[in-house]
Amino acid sequence: MTNDRAPDRSGATTLRVVVWRGDENGRFQEFDVPRQSSQTVLDVVTHIQRHIDPTLAYRFACRVGMCGSCAMTVNGTPRWTCRTHVDKVAADGRLEIAPLANMPVVRDLVADMREFFDKWARARGQFTPTQTRADPPAAVRPDSRARREADAGIECIGCGVCYAACDVVAWNRDYLGPAALNRAWTLVNDARDGGQEERLRAVAGDAGCHSCHTLMSCTELCPKALSPTRAISGLKRATLKLALAKELE
Amino acid sequence: MSRRYEVGLWIAQRVTAAILAACVVVHLATIIYAVRAGLSAAEILSRTRGSAAWGTFYAVFVIAAAAHGSIGLRTVAAEWLGLRGPAAEAGTAVVALALAIVGLRAVVAVVAA
Repeated sequence: MTNDRAPDRSGATTLRVVVWRGDENGRFQEFDVPRQSSQTVLDVVTHIQRHIDPTLAYRFACRVGMCGSCAMTVNGTPRWTCRTHVDKVAADGRLEIAPLANMPVVRDLVADMREFFDKWARARGQFTPTQTRADPPAAVRPDSRARREADAGIECIGCGVCYAACDVVAWNRDYLGPAALNRAWTLVNDARDGGQEERLRAVAGDAGCHSCHTLMSCTELCPKALSPTRAISGLKRATLKLALAKELE
Repeated sequence: MSRRYEVGLWIAQRVTAAILAACVVVHLATIIYAVRAGLSAAEILSRTRGSAAWGTFYAVFVIAAAAHGSIGLRTVAAEWLGLRGPAAEAGTAVVALALAIVGLRAVVAVVAA
């Protein structure tokens, strides 16, 4: 990280940052952070913790958009902070940083992601093998429709941005959410997987794909440019076939 | 509610939406056609009275609207008001039934000779 002070577009050399402190019943605290060139929101949070208040809790690991651990609510919108430039989101020189929505707050900027990942398991996001290591590798054509559908969704890094952005999650606490359903759809399209009917049953109904209102906040905000909305539409079609065959229960 | 029931309602809402889309197009086209020479109760009744075709069309329209609207209200009640369970189901059924009765009564009124 370079330390060259660089004024932003408005000429300011300082950023006014308000950061969530405490648990669900906490409050915002103000900080002034030096403005720098190519500064990311994660750089801002790191500056606060290292130079102003070492008690600030936040989560990060890779800093390069691979691990999915640094997502936060930035000026009201869930974003991956390591790849979000301050220039892009704080045109007026002001940043509001809070933990991800739709998850319990552990402390400060750390959200409790247990329920988020538990829902991946409930959506049968685990691969169900049908072969052993003694069998020859499955031949999957890369240009087959199913493989292309799976490819479209497998780059998910589990950051929780889609889950935090989803209104249906806020309205229905049982709703599995975009990421878990996206994961399920990649496996539905995996020819090697043997758990399809069980998976489609798990993602059907009020807690599953049928609750999606196609608001598309997940697709708009996914930092990896995936489309959980498309995956959920696919699950609706697949479960419809199962329902018509009366094999949903 | 069971998974099959939820998916059944989801399918019913999509099917009724498709029916409503067609019905609304026919309904709007009829309005545009009907008002060419002014609109009067006598003119409407002359077209609908004793017509099995219009009776059937508007009966389907009413039933689709009653089903579609009540399923939608059930979702609104669950998501915005937090109303789920037997009371919400019963409320939804009452709304569906009321819409169907009121609507079909109107259909009978304009079709009965």
